[in-house]
Amino acid sequence: SHIVLMLADDMACNPRNPKPATVFSHKNMELNVYGDDVEVDYRSYEVTVENFLRVLTGRIPPSTPRSKRLLSDDRSNILIYMTGHGGNGFLKFQDSEEITNVELADAFEQMWQKRRYNELLFIIDTCQGASMYERFYSPNIMALASSQVGEDSLSHQPDLGIGVHLMDRYTFYVLEFLEEIHPASQTNMNDLFQVCPKSLCVSTPGHRTDLFQRDPQNVLITDFFGSVRKVEITTEAISLDGDLAGFESKLPKDELATESLKYAEQLPVAQIIHQKPKQKDWHPPGGFILGLWALIIMVFFKTYGIKHMKHIF
Amino acid sequence: PLAVRTSITSRYETIYRSTTAQEEAALDVATAREADAALRPLQDALLGSLTVYVVPETSPLLPQGISVYVGKHRSALVRIGGGLAALRTRLQQLTQVMSFTASSIATALSDRMPNGQLGSDARRHLKSSLGYEITFSLLNPDPKSHAVDWDIEDAVNRYVQPVLDKLSLVANFSVDSQILYYAVLGVTPRFDKESSSFLLSAHSLPHVINPVEARLGSSAASLYPVLNFLLYVPERSHSPLYIQDKDGAPVSTNAFHSPRWGGIMVYNVEAPASPQASLPLHVDVDMVRVMEVFLAQLRLLFGLSREELPAEFLLESPGNEGLADWELDRLLWAHTVENIATVSTTLTSLAQLLDKIGNIVIKDDVASEVYRAVASAQSAVAKLATGHLLSAFQASKEAVTSSERAFFDPSLLHLLYFPDDQKFAIYIPLFLPMAVPILLSLAKIVREARQRKKEPTKMD
Repeated sequence: SHIVLMLADDMACNPRNPKPATVFSHKNMELNVYGDDVEVDYRSYEVTVENFLRVLTGRIPPSTPRSKRLLSDDRSNILIYMTGHGGNGFLKFQDSEEITNVELADAFEQMWQKRRYNELLFIIDTCQGASMYERFYSPNIMALASSQVGEDSLSHQPDLGIGVHLMDRYTFYVLEFLEEIHPASQTNMNDLFQVCPKSLCVSTPGHRTDLFQRDPQNVLITDFFGSVRKVEITTEAISLDGDLAGFESKLPKDELATESLKYAEQLPVAQIIHQKPKQKDWHPPGGFILGLWALIIMVFFKTYGIKHMKHIF
Repeated sequence: PLAVRTSITSRYETIYRSTTAQEEAALDVATAREADAALRPLQDALLGSLTVYVVPETSPLLPQGISVYVGKHRSALVRIGGGLAALRTRLQQLTQVMSFTASSIATALSDRMPNGQLGSDARRHLKSSLGYEITFSLLNPDPKSHAVDWDIEDAVNRYVQPVLDKLSLVANFSVDSQILYYAVLGVTPRFDKESSSFLLSAHSLPHVINPVEARLGSSAASLYPVLNFLLYVPERSHSPLYIQDKDGAPVSTNAFHSPRWGGIMVYNVEAPASPQASLPLHVDVDMVRVMEVFLAQLRLLFGLSREELPAEFLLESPGNEGLADWELDRLLWAHTVENIATVSTTLTSLAQLLDKIGNIVIKDDVASEVYRAVASAQSAVAKLATGHLLSAFQASKEAVTSSERAFFDPSLLHLLYFPDDQKFAIYIPLFLPMAVPILLSLAKIVREARQRKKEPTKMD
């Protein structure tokens, strides 16, 4: 409902998964994290840096459905969790692009200026994750990372039945911690900062709270997890006059005979299928390339002399 | 963070005149309510203005002990008694009730106020939007025991539509309804032996909404905020179910609401007369009771609450219309101010973004939306200063639409316009190796050319 999930790989339905449609956190198969109510909003090729930044800033094409948008306002608390491969100042998307910490900080600033969040909790589980939150400069952001700059985040345990490591250490211990939290819990952020000490995680988790206005001691975990709403009791009702004469329905009583609608021929499908591929017009090479090649050729012949031309041609 | 310099001044313009003959005739009736109805066609009915009639101390119009009567249109009757000073205090109190106040304007500007300055009351109102979607849902977790029927279409036409028609100046509304079966509340109620009923305590209410919300759904097409009104018919094993307030007393309306989300009401079905009654029991929901609560919640969500009035004030109930004309005016004042503030924040932020990224391309339609937003905002501010509420509100709506369209245009993504470090990271590895032999050869050519120039002079 209020969760936007971007999954680049579909591990649950991967042909190698011996138990399809499940992703367990541990090889004892106790906790299926790909449960019944997981809705993937952006999958495989849709997970790009551009789409992620579009979701955050709201600069989305108008045809995007509600479930793919971040419909937050100035009273919403947002939780962003990112995981994958990363390095000093970047996180890898799809093996072909990266998102840098500068871009992320700028996106958060855009969100703040449009008041798209009240408070934001950013959790990142990658190698050198702390570099991702170094550049934030918008207020009300709290960030947690699984490792400091120069350290690698390690994965937890392999499941030999599948052949891969199921989960990263930091995520595993945070998940264990969060499974204990119920909606009425009073645990605060300082406890979340203590999750996964160096003995368990091998890397040193870090956090950043200087941009956050409240003291982390007073921030409940349920402010970000568990969607606990502010609720007020309705103490009074208005009084309606129930005996009013029945409202005249505005619709005409007679059913007008409407033409049955059919799909118009929107595209000439037959023509399109049998079309020959369009001849792409040949364009001469652009100025930059021409200039570059002219420079290279001129230098070559100047250096080595025109007499060499006959050896080439 | 945005440097926020907000200053807003407000003033009330008061004009004094004596009554016309028609108004005298209208006031010559038995009760204040009739006077209010009779006076309505005589006023100029300008949005945002109020007419106060000062009646003699001994006038029979106002009941005993009441010295101010607030009508449901835009007029009020005030007893003169006690001299001008007392009258002036009463008029000031009346203005605080019927028209905008410093606190209502501050609420409208709540996102510019530093944290903690506003009370908890102030944060709850719906943000000003061009439209709202209202969804009525009937939750029946136990269809085996209760076959619940609610005539929602008739109820919406009779009771909800008049209120929405009155609010149609403020925004567009669309209403839908649905029935959900086997939808349970996420919280288990406690059984209370003394009243032999089930109780939901006040501190478990915040956890009720999330489990149910996933099943509610919403229209995929529109982006307007959704207001959900849920009617929950408890299971037979958990009937009757009452909501407890903080002091442990059952709430008379048996309902609660969440700001910016909607409301939930629990509708208890009477136990059947005989234990052998055949299941499922047929239940016809009393829509009047239900709509009274839902419409009260709708008023609260919009911020139209009845604040504490001084003892001598009598407020006329707006009846089936749901809200008085002056309450509509208050809403319009607040929304206009909020719209103008939003427009200025949006445009400032857009300007900062465009300054930061030097090579961003601004399409023509984005530029024209920005110009339109600025023009409409300036016109809204000017009209607001003169008190023309309706045209100020419409100008502010146009300004908001244009500024949002300009700000959220998909072409303005900063990623698409190269930051400097990307320029270096991409082009240098490509061209540097290629450029090394070229530059060295160029250097050699220059040296040779200079040598040749020197040689002829040397030879001679």
